[in-house]
This record gives sequence, structure tokens and C-alpha cells, in this order.
Amino acid sequence: MPYEYLDDIATSDAAFRAWGDSLEELFGAAAEATMNVMVGDLETIAPTISRIIRVEADAIDMLLFELLQELIFYKDAERLLLRVSDLQINQEGDRFFLSAEARGEELDMEKHDLVVDVKAVTLHRYRVEQTPQGWEAMVILDI
Amino acid sequence: MASLSNFIRISDTVWEISTSYKEGMRVPARIYATEKLLEEMDDGVIDQVTNVATLPGILKYAYCMPDGHWGYGFPIGGVAAMDPKSGVISPGGIGFDVNCGMRLVLTNLTFDEVQPHLKGLVDKLFQRVPAGVGSTGFIKISQSEFRRVVELGARWCIENGYGWREDLERTEENGCIAGADASKVSNKAVERGFKQIGTLGSGNHYLEIQVARPEHIYNAELARAFGITLPNQVALMFHCGSRGFGHQVATDYLQLFLKVMEKKYGIRILDRELACAPFHSKEGQDYFAAMKCAVNMSFANRQVILHRVREVFSDFFHKDPAELGLHQVYDVAHNTAKLERHEVDGEIREVLVHRKGATRAFGPGNPELPEMYRKTGQPVILGGSMETGSYLLAGVEGGAQTFFSTAHGSGRSMSRRQAKKKFQGKKLQEDMEQRGIYVRTVSYSGLAEEAGPAYKNIDDVVAATERAGISKPVVRFIPIGNVKG
Repeated sequence: MPYEYLDDIATSDAAFRAWGDSLEELFGAAAEATMNVMVGDLETIAPTISRIIRVEADAIDMLLFELLQELIFYKDAERLLLRVSDLQINQEGDRFFLSAEARGEELDMEKHDLVVDVKAVTLHRYRVEQTPQGWEAMVILDI
Repeated sequence: MASLSNFIRISDTVWEISTSYKEGMRVPARIYATEKLLEEMDDGVIDQVTNVATLPGILKYAYCMPDGHWGYGFPIGGVAAMDPKSGVISPGGIGFDVNCGMRLVLTNLTFDEVQPHLKGLVDKLFQRVPAGVGSTGFIKISQSEFRRVVELGARWCIENGYGWREDLERTEENGCIAGADASKVSNKAVERGFKQIGTLGSGNHYLEIQVARPEHIYNAELARAFGITLPNQVALMFHCGSRGFGHQVATDYLQLFLKVMEKKYGIRILDRELACAPFHSKEGQDYFAAMKCAVNMSFANRQVILHRVREVFSDFFHKDPAELGLHQVYDVAHNTAKLERHEVDGEIREVLVHRKGATRAFGPGNPELPEMYRKTGQPVILGGSMETGSYLLAGVEGGAQTFFSTAHGSGRSMSRRQAKKKFQGKKLQEDMEQRGIYVRTVSYSGLAEEAGPAYKNIDDVVAATERAGISKPVVRFIPIGNVKG
């Protein structure tokens, strides 16, 4: 798992660090980390429903913010638990674009080990940055 | 852990950090806490409360209440009053869960009458008040009708048969804050929330059956005035907010404010989560009107839950809810920004009070209070952990020192991850049952995160607010049944 939860940050919320060799890998890892706060075992989510996600932003960190917000949105609006695949990130001028396919299914209390709702992505200590190894992000989710 | 060397001791419960602590502080910060609570507070609180002190237009002090802990933007327990003319409004000073709050409802039943039915009652409440990740409620309305709900708040519920007229005056803002404008709210926010009226959500949200034991009545006169008249009287308390709707409203405007704050208004901040806009700017006013919709969604949410509670008790005891004395004591908001009238430099004026994880606590005589509480001061409901108990307090005149604000609960002392490592949900449930607290939960790991020792001692928090003179205890409630979100 290219992410780890951080114990001692923002007492009532959930903080994680995610990483990847490429931006796409990092975004995929951060999406999994976000979903894993809500669902104990992501493998229980069957890929039966698909949604295409397209978001854009004027900075790379806000592009990740938009992606994670989409996952939170679908959880409430359509009660969908989604896992992201086929991520593509492009830059045109000073804007960043992301497209991805997200597959999953409607949440089911019996089937999915539901833990706690993520309300939002916060910007407290939020960062996405390039490292000698690739890319890394630090995110605090509001619980 | 907080080091006392950063503070000037104003009294044994008020601790000040001067403006020299951090560049850009416009006012000092003040933490309300006993020495013990202060020492236990994480450093995040100090960093965040001093960040708040840098916001344009802040008046007097940036405050943190005794249950304060590290949040995002403002600390949890943060209070800041802004000059509406020169100051800002910040979603990070309110929180994503706008108007997350508490409602307290009484019964005329005693512990002995309820105890034999406790499991059945909790099971039924668990069934009828949906909780957990992505939960949806029983009210099926269109998105356009939901836009009416968020403008009308609990009044919409009363008009549609989900409650009693008296519930409204026993709710902050009479259950409907004026100025909510649904045209300022995104479709996304509506889509996230329109099926969620009448749901608890998760995390620290819950619905609890509690008992007021005679030895826990600290002020008999006020207890009577608030309706607690029987030995071992049973009450219900619940904690929830504006659900996905409120979360999206806050997210939408956080993003908008980030775009305009520096470019358009030249405001620089120390934490992006403190993104803000001048209160009187178009963006600031739009957010204020949208945020009020989230305030109203939350009032409607708790109103519908109260309706469900009355149905469950009525079915169970085969009596009308009124015969069972299911009167609401009060409903308080934790996460808001409101225009209120307060004294600043000897003059009564309108200020914008941000409270994030803090409760408004008006003292006796405040014209905003309903007639029935004009003499007593505002009922203040403090939710404790599910293992230890909760409080009903009253607002006092001394509250003027904090813009009539006090604590909102126990306040966490242990992170969710730490709690999950230390406690095991199923075992905790069994242990609690042996101690006479029957809990139903949709998530055992969620339950472990809410274990009693993950919170500060609520008695210490209440004592700090009393000694500081910002609220006073009336009754302590002991939990006997809990529906955990």
C-alpha cells in the first residue's frame, strides 16, 4: 500500500501520507487511502458500476483535492463506493486536467466493513510535492 | 503537549498568548482551561489559535474553549468575533459540518420505567434513525423541495408534520436562521444532501438515552426551570449536523475563497484552511447566505430525528408523545458564524461571531432567548463521551468575556488511530453493556474510535467553564443506551 495513516495529527480527523513514482500513482494511492478511511477492506468493493471522473484545477495539489472530493461526493449523492483506475493527468498551459475511470458498487452495511464517514478534504497542512523518489502528498480528511 | 512558558496567566482558568508570539497576530490569543487541561492540550491548538489571531477584523482575542484540540484552520473549540465592516468570514472558522449541534429532549419516565425496555428501545431507535457512512433518511423529496427545506429549516418540518410548534422556540434561531438563500448553493451540495434528512451520520455523532440522577442535580432551581423534576428522570440527547449538504457548501466556498482572497482582496493567511473573504464582499455575503442554508439543514435534520424519537417512544409505551412528556429542552449549534450584538469597548455593536466546536451561551436577560429561558440563561448542552456522561449547563452574565461562548463537549485527547489501536469495538460494546450502557453501532471500529478514554474528562471541562465564569452546570446525565453513528 503506497500510503500510511498518521497517528498524531489533527486529533479528531484522519491524516495520511501517500506516495508514488508518478503523479498518477500518487493520485491513485491517495484515492485508496481516502476510501480506506470509510471502508475497512477495499477488496470487498465489487467493480460492478462505473463512473467517469473528469476534473481540472489551476494547481496540481488542487487537482488531487478535486479528485478526492469527487469520491466523497459519489459516496453521499449515489451511495457509491468507488476505486479509481486508468488515471490520466495532463497539463495544458497553467491548467491541470485529470480523467479516470472509477469502479465500485452501492454501499451495503452487511457486505462492506464501513468505518466512518469522510466529510471533506481539508487544506490544513495539505501538500503535494515532488521528491527525489517521485511524488508525495499529505492530506487531512475531516471526519 | 502545551508548555506553560508560552502563556501569561490571567487567572487559574484563562491563559493568554501575547501578539509577540507570532508575526501578524492582531490580537492576543486566550485559552480557557485549568492548568491540567492546558498542559494536556496538543501544540496544534496553540499554533492554530494564534493563526486565527492574524485574521483581518478580529476583535479582542482569538479564543479556545477548555475542550479545545487540534483541528484544521481554527482549533476545535475556537471562537473569534470579527468586525463586520473590516473583518472576514472563514469557512475554516466554522467547520465543514456546519451547525453540527446537540438537541436535548426530556421524558416524564424514570429509569425504573425505561430500564426493562431499554434494549428494545435502543434497537428500535437504531432501526428508525439511520446512522453510518452515506446513510439516507425516510423523507423522500425532490431536489427543489430540498431547496425549500434549507431556507426554512425546522419550520419546514413543523409545516409537514414532523414536530411540534413549541420545538421551534426551543431551538437556536427558532430553528430557521434568517437570510438563508438556496440560490447561493451548488447543485452538487443539494445532490449530496437531499436524501439525508433525519440521519445521524458517523464519527462522533450519536443518539443517547440518559438518566439524571438526583446526586447529579447541581442547581435544583435551574433544573426545574429546564424541566428536570423527577428523580432519575430519563432524557434523550443527540449530536449530528448538516450531513453531506453542509460539507459540500463549505468545500465549495473554501475553493472560491482561495481563488479571490489574495488576488482580489490582498489577504494573506498562515494556513490555507483559514481561507476567507471580507464579510461584506460579494463572495463573503454569498457564503454567509449559503452557510445559513446548511445551518437550516442541520436544524431540519435534528427536528426529523426528534420526530422519529417521539414515534418510537409512543409506539413502545402505547401513549401519545405528549403524555410521555417528550418536550425538547433546547437545540444548540456548534459550528456557525452569526451576527450577534455584543459589547466591545463599552459599546453594544453587531459582530460576526465564528464558533467552531463551541456553543453560544447567552446569559439571563438576553433578548434573543425565548421568554421561558429569559430569566434562567440559555440552556447549553454538552455532549460527553458515550461512556462517561454529558451535561446541561446554563449561560451566565460573565459569558460576555468570550462573546457568550463556552465549551461544546469533552474534546478528544487521543487521535482516532490511537483509540482504534487501544480499544476493540466488540469488546468495548460488551464491557459497556455490563456497566449498564447498551450500545448499537453500524461500525465496531468506529465504536472503538469513540471509547471514553479517547476524550478529556468532561467534569474538568465543565469545572473550567464554571470557574472562568462563562457557563454553570445544572445537571449531569449518565448514559444508559446509545445509537452510535
